[in-house]
Amino acid sequence: MLPDQFLFAVEVMLNGLMAGVLYALVALGFVLIFKASGIFNYAQGVMALFGALTLVGIMDGQVPFAHLINAIFGTDVHHFGWHVPAFLSILLVMVVMVGLAWCVQHFIFRHLVGQEPIILFMATIGLAYFMEGFGDLMWNSEIKKLDIGIPQGGSMWIEEATSFLGGSNFYGFFIDKLEIVASVVAIVLVIILVAFAQYTKQGRAMRAVADDHQAALSVGISLSFIWVLVWSLAGFVALVAGIMWGAKSGVQFSLSLIALKALPVLMLGGFTSIPGAIVGGLIVGVGEKIFEFLIGAPFLGGATENWFAYMLALLFLVFRPQGLFGEKIIERV
Amino acid sequence: MIYRESGDFSETYPADSQTFPIKFDRYRYYAVLVVAFLIIPFIINDYWANAILVPFLIYAIAAIGLNILVGYCGQVSLGTGGFMAVGAYACYKLMTAFPDISIMIHILISGGITAAVVTLFGLPSLRIKGFYLAVATLAAQFFLVWLFNRVAWFYNYSASGQINAPDRAVFGHLVTGPNTEAWAKYMICLVFLTFAGIVARNMTRGSLGRKWCAIRDMDIAAEIIGVNPLSAKLSAFAISGFFIGISGALFFSVYLGAVEVGEAFGIQKSFLVLFMIIIGGLGSIFGSFAGAAFMVLLPVLLKNILVGGLGWDTALAAHLEFIIVGALIIVFLIAEPHGLAQLWRVAKEKLRLWPFPH
Repeated sequence: MLPDQFLFAVEVMLNGLMAGVLYALVALGFVLIFKASGIFNYAQGVMALFGALTLVGIMDGQVPFAHLINAIFGTDVHHFGWHVPAFLSILLVMVVMVGLAWCVQHFIFRHLVGQEPIILFMATIGLAYFMEGFGDLMWNSEIKKLDIGIPQGGSMWIEEATSFLGGSNFYGFFIDKLEIVASVVAIVLVIILVAFAQYTKQGRAMRAVADDHQAALSVGISLSFIWVLVWSLAGFVALVAGIMWGAKSGVQFSLSLIALKALPVLMLGGFTSIPGAIVGGLIVGVGEKIFEFLIGAPFLGGATENWFAYMLALLFLVFRPQGLFGEKIIERV
Repeated sequence: MIYRESGDFSETYPADSQTFPIKFDRYRYYAVLVVAFLIIPFIINDYWANAILVPFLIYAIAAIGLNILVGYCGQVSLGTGGFMAVGAYACYKLMTAFPDISIMIHILISGGITAAVVTLFGLPSLRIKGFYLAVATLAAQFFLVWLFNRVAWFYNYSASGQINAPDRAVFGHLVTGPNTEAWAKYMICLVFLTFAGIVARNMTRGSLGRKWCAIRDMDIAAEIIGVNPLSAKLSAFAISGFFIGISGALFFSVYLGAVEVGEAFGIQKSFLVLFMIIIGGLGSIFGSFAGAAFMVLLPVLLKNILVGGLGWDTALAAHLEFIIVGALIIVFLIAEPHGLAQLWRVAKEKLRLWPFPH
């Protein structure tokens, strides 16, 4: 029999790990785009929101831009009146994400090639604003429920199987089924992405572009194709993240704020490393839960999760600016 | 033809290096000052003050501050909202702790306190750059908002967690509190903006401004030609923080009167001020004014046209505003990275010859 306090800490840590997996999932989208094009995509979180909104919209058969149409023509349309099965809708949203990737590449970043990274970063902030307004305009801004059949609620099986560990006050670990599903999906996604990057022709081309744009161009790799590809991949990752977070807490504006949580993850893990994104995500997920449990809630008045990750990353950066796994930053005049 | 410098001779070096060496510019500047100080206060009403002029003046101060940091020194900051909150809460604590001292002094001191806090958060800039730093300043944003939300000392243990500006007067006229007249609000903000504009303009023209520009253009090269990056970067953070603090103090005490920190100084505020300087023009004091005016006017115009004119939903107008702002940011970054200020410069070039082609 183990002391209760210790078991609670373990439970907090397990939940932190699950949250960390979700952070890592968002961070992964950032790393993909950053490696291939040097763009730090602030809009990643809004892409997740947009993907989830579109998924709900298609599944429920909402009329896109219904509010705008009604306002202009004085009509009163809302729904087509059909329901699309989840699997088909996800495929359709993927098509939308590819279209989005093409638009982003064609209308924005093609014109900004060779600009300083910070200009590109600010452009993605503009993109985030645009997509936020666009998504809301298209599917309206009410909080929506996303239900594609992922099991939810605490897992009784784990609770019963672990309750013998503690005393009479301990009822076993409480772990949400959704978070287990999310972790499994995230792990599968990472394996697929790594396999794609390592073993396929397009993946090799992607890595070549990440390594050196000019050299990649000179051996005949189409930069604009690779960039569309990378933005599409980031769109898929965002969609998966959007589905998981949307199923957990509803599809709403706050979904886009998870992008902000992914930033410290990236700073910890390094902007250019896929394993870094995962390890960073786990550190942030576990770290903020443990900090809240041990120090934040008892001594600092709670809600330290809002800033803990940033402060951790800030302190970390001062000592190791490239992050845990990032490439060393070398500067030349 | 209208705008020209022929016949405009400088006979001394100071005359040649003054802020507006061209006579036409100088007279225009005086004309703007006369209109702002002597005409608008007499015709202003509550709607114009609260919807347009006071927010414009306050945001212009914040934009000048951020422009010094981002536009001149090249250190991108996403913590403006949090830093404005420092100014607001410093001002609140000073106003309630020392009710006998003039609010003008309180506002200046809150600027100083903010400068110290911003410098502290600017320390990592010596190690990290670019968007790494931008992300690091987000830490300031979230931490400061949390701090003012959770630590009761900052809001004097009030039950609602809000801070309310008590009545304070300058020269016998109320400038804060609910009974303030429109012109008084306008005047106190205008005085601070004029002060901020003149100080910032002259700083950026002088050796300090050149050091900042050198750091912005290439920090390693700047270090080699003898610019101390420590003092240049931290002075940019401090001075930027001073202006942002003043604007935060005014935003709370004069404009809003009552503030809930997450609502008034959230991350959206940081982006709003950043957008002002991108649209107005990075590295230009005039651009800060232009951007602030633009971003204050845009929602008012959209609301008047769409909601007032066409009778649309307010939510719809808000969504359209997001789309327009986002699209404008991208268009400006692609087509005119120097913003409205550059358009103004081009227009002046054109006016020099107009209506003759050569």
